Amino acid sequence: MSYTEATLQLLSPAGVLVESDRTAEYLPVIEQLTDAELREFHRVMVLTRAFDMEGTNLQRQGQMGLWVPSLGQEGAQVGSGFAMRPQDHIFPSYREHAVGIIRGLDVLNIIRLLRGLTHGGWTAADNGNFHIYTMVLGSQTLHATGYAMGITLDGKAGTGNPESDEAVITYFGDGSTSQGDVNEALVFAASYQTPELFFLQNNQWAISVPVSKQSRTPLYLRAGGFGIPSVQIDGNDVLVSYAASRKYLEETRAGGGPRFIEALTYRMGAHTSSDDPTKYRSDEETAHWATLDPISRFETYLRGRGESDAFFAELKVEAADFAEDIRKRTVELGTPPVGDMFDNVYSEPHPLIDDQKAWLANYEAAFAESEVGE
Amino acid sequence: MSELESLPMAKALNSGLRQAMLHDQKVILMGEDIGPLGGVFRVTEGLQAEFGANRVMDTPLAESGIVGTAIGLALRGYRPVCEIQFDGFVYPAFDQITSQLAKLTNRHEGGISMPVVIRIPYGGHIGAVEHHQESPEAYFAHTPGLRVVSPSTPHDAYWMIQDAISSDDPVIFLEPKSRYWPKGDVDTAERGRTLHSTAVAREGTEVTLLGHGAMVSVLLQAAEIAAEEGTSVEVLDLRSLSPIDYGPILESVRKTGRLVIAQEAPGSVSVGSEIAATVAERAFYSLESPVLRVSGFDTPFPPAKLETIYLPDADRVLEAVDRALAY
Repeated sequence: MSYTEATLQLLSPAGVLVESDRTAEYLPVIEQLTDAELREFHRVMVLTRAFDMEGTNLQRQGQMGLWVPSLGQEGAQVGSGFAMRPQDHIFPSYREHAVGIIRGLDVLNIIRLLRGLTHGGWTAADNGNFHIYTMVLGSQTLHATGYAMGITLDGKAGTGNPESDEAVITYFGDGSTSQGDVNEALVFAASYQTPELFFLQNNQWAISVPVSKQSRTPLYLRAGGFGIPSVQIDGNDVLVSYAASRKYLEETRAGGGPRFIEALTYRMGAHTSSDDPTKYRSDEETAHWATLDPISRFETYLRGRGESDAFFAELKVEAADFAEDIRKRTVELGTPPVGDMFDNVYSEPHPLIDDQKAWLANYEAAFAESEVGE
Repeated sequence: MSELESLPMAKALNSGLRQAMLHDQKVILMGEDIGPLGGVFRVTEGLQAEFGANRVMDTPLAESGIVGTAIGLALRGYRPVCEIQFDGFVYPAFDQITSQLAKLTNRHEGGISMPVVIRIPYGGHIGAVEHHQESPEAYFAHTPGLRVVSPSTPHDAYWMIQDAISSDDPVIFLEPKSRYWPKGDVDTAERGRTLHSTAVAREGTEVTLLGHGAMVSVLLQAAEIAAEEGTSVEVLDLRSLSPIDYGPILESVRKTGRLVIAQEAPGSVSVGSEIAATVAERAFYSLESPVLRVSGFDTPFPPAKLETIYLPDADRVLEAVDRALAY
């Protein structure tokens, strides 16, 4: 259930860089990161966790229909999120809140979705190429692959210019790896040699079903069967997530074909606010993974590098303000106009929808008139 | 000015696809065996040679993969036209069509459009094995966000495929495979009708027959026999199953007072059922008899040797005409 010999790790759970023949290739990438960039890694992880806690609270207080926590998975998401370039496109599942924050998404959009105001609600074009969440497991991996096929058709990958060459990253989980769509996406990606990184967050649990039920082989090894290079990383190590994603993204944007990362992490919270993990997993297991927490590990590392107490104290205040702002704006959100239900079903006019919209408007107007009459 | 050319429907579709590809560089074709082979029905014959393998893509054999990647390509700005090899093979793509393709515009609050066409050769009359003769239109016509059309003539096939491709909404394009080979006049200069319109295929006064795709030729045959027996029958070609253009249907029913709807699909909870209900709601006082349906039976499509019993033919249509007249 935890790391193996195969798991690539740059930052140990004790917060110390791992120096070995295997990490030698990756450590120079980390050494190039500035203090400001490292602080930003930590900042986004902390803000995401604050957002997560606030989302959970809001759900418990009846302000949200559902909450989908990313608690514990911040390292995998933040590392890969910062490894992308501005021109890259992201096709998330529904738990990649940290990546959304990195790409400039106002997380109130996620609130709107889970509060029951919209089924999606943002466009990639206006939000750092961060596409909307997908609730059907694995569907988005095919959309990502098609998008990446389009990049190839446009001649926008493999030109040798990493500043303009584009790549796609798609996120999915261990449960999704059993879906046909994920496997078809891997087939198409390999066939068309798409500029694409498959980023699997193996958080050990598909709601209540452990990963051992999904696969009898480590999941990263499956990629080899599709002809796609892969690596298994410690998903709670933000540095290896960054370095491995960076390497693979640069290879795939250069025309090398698709790549696959399995990030071993852990869903510290429930699957969603409707779930009860105490029914299927042990306290010992959760306690074990708590010792591998991505944020406390990285804080230890930063402190070891001489980061000041003031930074962490200020960040704590910023996170509290961030959560407070979310809370304030959440409770101010109104209900969408009823007419919205009919708009945007089609891009072009559709007589049936138009008739039904008009009918409902008349129906509701009749109540208003009768009230006036009284 | 008209420019007539006599073509079978498969060739008319081929020409229509070619025109769409010439007109818009973003139009690409995807599907199984559509490249050098030209598709199992040869609808895409010669197109890969003309436009290259980037615009006419032989895909891996996975229908969900075809539609799912077409969605991604549409997000990238392409206008993919997917070929599903046979009607019964569309179901592996059902989730991508109904949960993704149909809903993505709505999910984006109108922020994107999904100009994807899914071409499906559908229906019986070709003596094929299981999964190769089905009529799945009701599933798609029932799905908000999709448009569903089906041509019955080479002329309509030529124009409707181009109009479907230029639509910004996803279109399920049902090709009556038994009509791929008979020739008909195609006017390549004049479209004639818009995509989502019901057409009068033959004028008459006593009974209205309504159908789409391959059924239209059966209805015309029935009308001819009825005329010989002294009954004037009007035939309507539905053409668009979602949305349905009710104007010409109601107009015809107000004239004849009788409506018989024919379809290859099973009759229960079908497109014909929906039209019958709507006509009853909107033209009740014009009806001289109940709206009748002539359909495939509510069984799986039978083995080929029984298909002529299963599929409505002119005799079964005329039996319903007689019942309507006798009411």
